[in-house]
Amino acid sequence: MYQTTYHRASSVDEAASLFAKGSESKFLAGGQTLLPVMKQRLAGPSDVIDLGRIKELQGVELSGDTLTIKAATTYYDIMTNADVKQAIPAIAYLTSVLGDPAVRYRGTIGGSIANNDPAADFPAALLALGATVKTNKRSIAADDFFQGLFTTALEDGEIITAVSFPVPAKAGYEKMRHPASRFALTGVFVAQAKSGEVRVAATGASQTGVMRVGAIEAALKANWSPSAIDSVSISANGLLADIHGTAEYRANLIKVMAQRAVAAAR
Amino acid sequence: MGVEGIGARVVRKEDKRFITGKGRYVDDIKLTGMTHAYFIRSPHAHAKVKKIDSSAALKMPGVVAVLTGQQLVDDKVGNLICGWAITSKDGSPMKMGAWPAMAPETVRFVGQAIAVVIAESKNLARDAAEAVVVDYEELPAVADMHAAIKPGAPQLHPEAPGNQVYDWVIGDEGAVNAAFSKAANVVKLDVTNNRLAPNAMEPRAAIADYDTAEEHFTLYTTSQNPHVARLVLSAFYNIAPEHKLRVIAPDVGGGFGSKIFIYPEEMVALWASKKVGRPVKWTGDRTEAFLTDAHGRDHITHAEMAFDANNKIIGLKVKTYANFGAYMSLFSSSVPTYLYATLLSGQYNIPAIHAEVIGVYTNTTPVDAYRGAGRPEASYLIERLMETAARQLNVDPAQLRRTNFITQFPHQTPVIMAYDTGDFNASLDAAMKAIDYAGFPARKAKAKADGKLRGIGVSCYIEACGIAPSKAVGSLGAGVGLWESAEVRVNPVGTIEILTGSHSHGQGHETTFCQLVAERLGVPISQVSIVHGDTDKVQFGMGTYGSRSAAVGLTAILKAMEKMESKAKKIAAHALEASEADIVIENGEFKVTGTDKAIALPMVALAAYTAHNLPDGMEPGLKESAFYDPTNFTFPAGAYICELEVDPGTGKTSFVNFVAADDFGRLINPMIVEGQVHGGLVQGIGQALLEHAIYDANGQPVTASFMDYAMPRADDVPSFNLSHTTTLCPGNPLGIKGCGEAGAIGASAAVINAITDAIGKNNLEMPATPDRVWRTIHAA
Ligand SMILES: Cc1cc2nc3c(=O)[nH]c(=O)nc-3n(C[C@H](O)[C@H](O)[C@H](O)COP(=O)(O)OP(=O)(O)OC[C@H]3O[C@@H](n4cnc5c(N)ncnc54)[C@H](O)[C@@H]3O)c2cc1C
Repeated sequence: MYQTTYHRASSVDEAASLFAKGSESKFLAGGQTLLPVMKQRLAGPSDVIDLGRIKELQGVELSGDTLTIKAATTYYDIMTNADVKQAIPAIAYLTSVLGDPAVRYRGTIGGSIANNDPAADFPAALLALGATVKTNKRSIAADDFFQGLFTTALEDGEIITAVSFPVPAKAGYEKMRHPASRFALTGVFVAQAKSGEVRVAATGASQTGVMRVGAIEAALKANWSPSAIDSVSISANGLLADIHGTAEYRANLIKVMAQRAVAAAR
Repeated sequence: MGVEGIGARVVRKEDKRFITGKGRYVDDIKLTGMTHAYFIRSPHAHAKVKKIDSSAALKMPGVVAVLTGQQLVDDKVGNLICGWAITSKDGSPMKMGAWPAMAPETVRFVGQAIAVVIAESKNLARDAAEAVVVDYEELPAVADMHAAIKPGAPQLHPEAPGNQVYDWVIGDEGAVNAAFSKAANVVKLDVTNNRLAPNAMEPRAAIADYDTAEEHFTLYTTSQNPHVARLVLSAFYNIAPEHKLRVIAPDVGGGFGSKIFIYPEEMVALWASKKVGRPVKWTGDRTEAFLTDAHGRDHITHAEMAFDANNKIIGLKVKTYANFGAYMSLFSSSVPTYLYATLLSGQYNIPAIHAEVIGVYTNTTPVDAYRGAGRPEASYLIERLMETAARQLNVDPAQLRRTNFITQFPHQTPVIMAYDTGDFNASLDAAMKAIDYAGFPARKAKAKADGKLRGIGVSCYIEACGIAPSKAVGSLGAGVGLWESAEVRVNPVGTIEILTGSHSHGQGHETTFCQLVAERLGVPISQVSIVHGDTDKVQFGMGTYGSRSAAVGLTAILKAMEKMESKAKKIAAHALEASEADIVIENGEFKVTGTDKAIALPMVALAAYTAHNLPDGMEPGLKESAFYDPTNFTFPAGAYICELEVDPGTGKTSFVNFVAADDFGRLINPMIVEGQVHGGLVQGIGQALLEHAIYDANGQPVTASFMDYAMPRADDVPSFNLSHTTTLCPGNPLGIKGCGEAGAIGASAAVINAITDAIGKNNLEMPATPDRVWRTIHAA
């Protein structure tokens, strides 16, 4: 690890001003991505500003049909939260299959979506549920937030404060785990909004990161059932291919995971 | 058996220190004035090192020195050696390319060291390493074995034209051809044995400490065989004479073979410590482990098996290409030859076998022994062939094996090994019963109704362990003898120290070796301690690998114990005024049989050391040593059966049951044996389903971290169902065969046989990843 200066912020405003002072600052949340990258010397921020102890970034709120998860809430706290389990059980399930216990105790929803790894789980949930990302400056629709591999709509120094999810009629998530990293080799989140709108998002599959799957959305809109997806054909074009999965395999997984997510949806 | 004697499930003594964080590993050791080494490694698979400019680095804070390969040459430090000479079929010796500990001129794999920075801290050394400017001229590289042997392929070593290490043969080719010419059926199979990265939990590490006044070196290192390390370092590398070099291998966190070898980093640390006049520490990180710990396996094989009309095997021919990587590691030459082809008879009567093995250099990490070392490759091949044959001949795979089992012992195979004993039907019976083999068709039908493809796979392995009779291995080219030594010291107060040349790096010797003492003397194991891993304390030793520590190391202890007991009995008889022949040892006492006269062990020990009243002419003291050289290999064998389900939608495999019926001869501590089997099975399953060290066409490693290299985790494997059938090994007095490698040798074939049974297609390579299985299911 290169030499760095660590700061523990106590408010979002303080974090933003500390960030501005450093020559090459980075926010730190759970550290499950940033710290390994720093240890490998692939990143060398001058200043690290820890968001983990900021009270206003912690916790879950359910109000009416909106579930809000604050940015620095850990996966473990999300997974075990009664409101999450009741309002959107698919999110509780998603966190239960994310990483391992050590990662779940530390990693945060804000860190996950700010990082926007193409194989991360949470981006699929945000996109399929039509969530809104709240920052210290604005609100950003999930459709606009994720902009390709490790790229988001966040500006330099902008802090995610929370994510708000409209509570759906039904939602489900299924993931084929990457055999080595346990990220999503392909994961599919399906959601049927209370308005009847159907949104489906796949992660781990596309060369451009998390994506909506229009063909499956159309099929499910006509008939919300696993068998409705039988006849959908998913092209392997533009899908990721690596030693653990060819593009054709990932195309198959999009279908199979979507079917299983529908079957599991509650 | 006593409560802590042979056969008792005694809790491991060493675990208290391990699970309370009190283990003392090399990296835990800190010496006064210690400096830290960081190696500069080639990012290219093949390149000329044109220039190394360390001027900027030398000005960085805390930098003590930057040392290069050329300085090793200038100081006449020897190149790395390979300790087993193999002769090609044309009579020529193996072609060994020079491997300097840091490359002065040419690098041949990604991660090969070219220079080292010595600094006040590891981080400072690493900072400075980034400031060393290396000018490389890239050369074409080749990572694939088939590409490497093609005409026009990039050449690695001038010594080895065509990138060929050797072309070695074993067996009677004429007899095999004759058998094939009268065969009723011939079964053919091509298999790849995937390359593995060993990944011990503790990475390799070394601390070298040169004492300028005494001109003496101490090396703390992660070694499975500290005496062998000292021998090789002093005999071949010209760094330190043997009597001026102490090698200490303290607690070592797993080896699996990868810590047998003497690596460049230890050599450089020793040499650098003298150069800078201060202790030098190097601790590898996980990336360095992936790049530089010797890899395992990596064979491509074509095999054909000939059957007569009664489904009896009449001949076997095998042609194997074995990847050596860029250099010949310490025992690399023996692994695909004498540790592989000599086991090709499996558990079967095969009258004629011929095998040809071609060793190939590629621009990849060197390959050497990894848990099982050659025997997993042999067992996998034979057991895949048997399954393939059963399918082709349309007979039950268990029955085909029984038709061909060796049932008379001793049995001389056509490939050197003479099996001493075994009962292969008994193991197979036990495994079939444990898994309810007969009930499988009904379970398969039920699974099918649930949309799952269920399969069952058998693997009947045999291995040669207890490595090894020195004379025999010497005649086959080994550069060392493979006996073991032991010393038993009974202290004046009656506690006992056992000094052993075996080295424990997870095997539990500190418990099992004490159990032998408890068994013989009836003393609690708390009164016994095991001393190992230090060349200044232990007389000598060949170390731990090849499932040898119980069969060879413990037998050496037994021999020393017998000598000690014989002397102690004389002392007791003298004190009790009885005849030596009437003395028996029970519960820590020497008793006159049939009387109530007895003297406790501490009193015998005290008598030995006070020497006030010893029999005439007897030397004082109670300490004996022994060297034990085995007379044959031992032959652990067993039957593994795996039942699993494949999800046709994803190709994912889920275990239903995995049974292992092993014959290890006598068990010292069944709990520790089970632990060894569990670990081995997990490694075998890891090879079958998950693990694969991959290079791209240019020799760049694709799997140099756990993000890409899939190690098995607890939830990847089933809860194992173990049992034992026992035939005692006639080759050693304790009847022990060894258990350390069996799981890794037998498991992978059972898994692949089960998956191919489930999906109804025979051709499937390891690792059977979900993607690969899914594509195989849906292939035309
Ligand atoms: C072994 C292992 C397994 C894993 N498995 C999975 C998995 O299966 N699925 C999965 O999805 N992920 C997985 N991860 C990644 C994990 O989810 C990380 O926690 C996540 O990517 C980053 O979250 P973090 O809170 O740790 O963020 P950090 O590592 O602290 O930060 C990551 C990035 O986000 C930025 N950031 C953090 N918080 C904010 C904020 N509030 N506003 C703006 N920027 C911010 C940081 O500056 C940094 O650039 C795994 C990680 C590990 C180590």
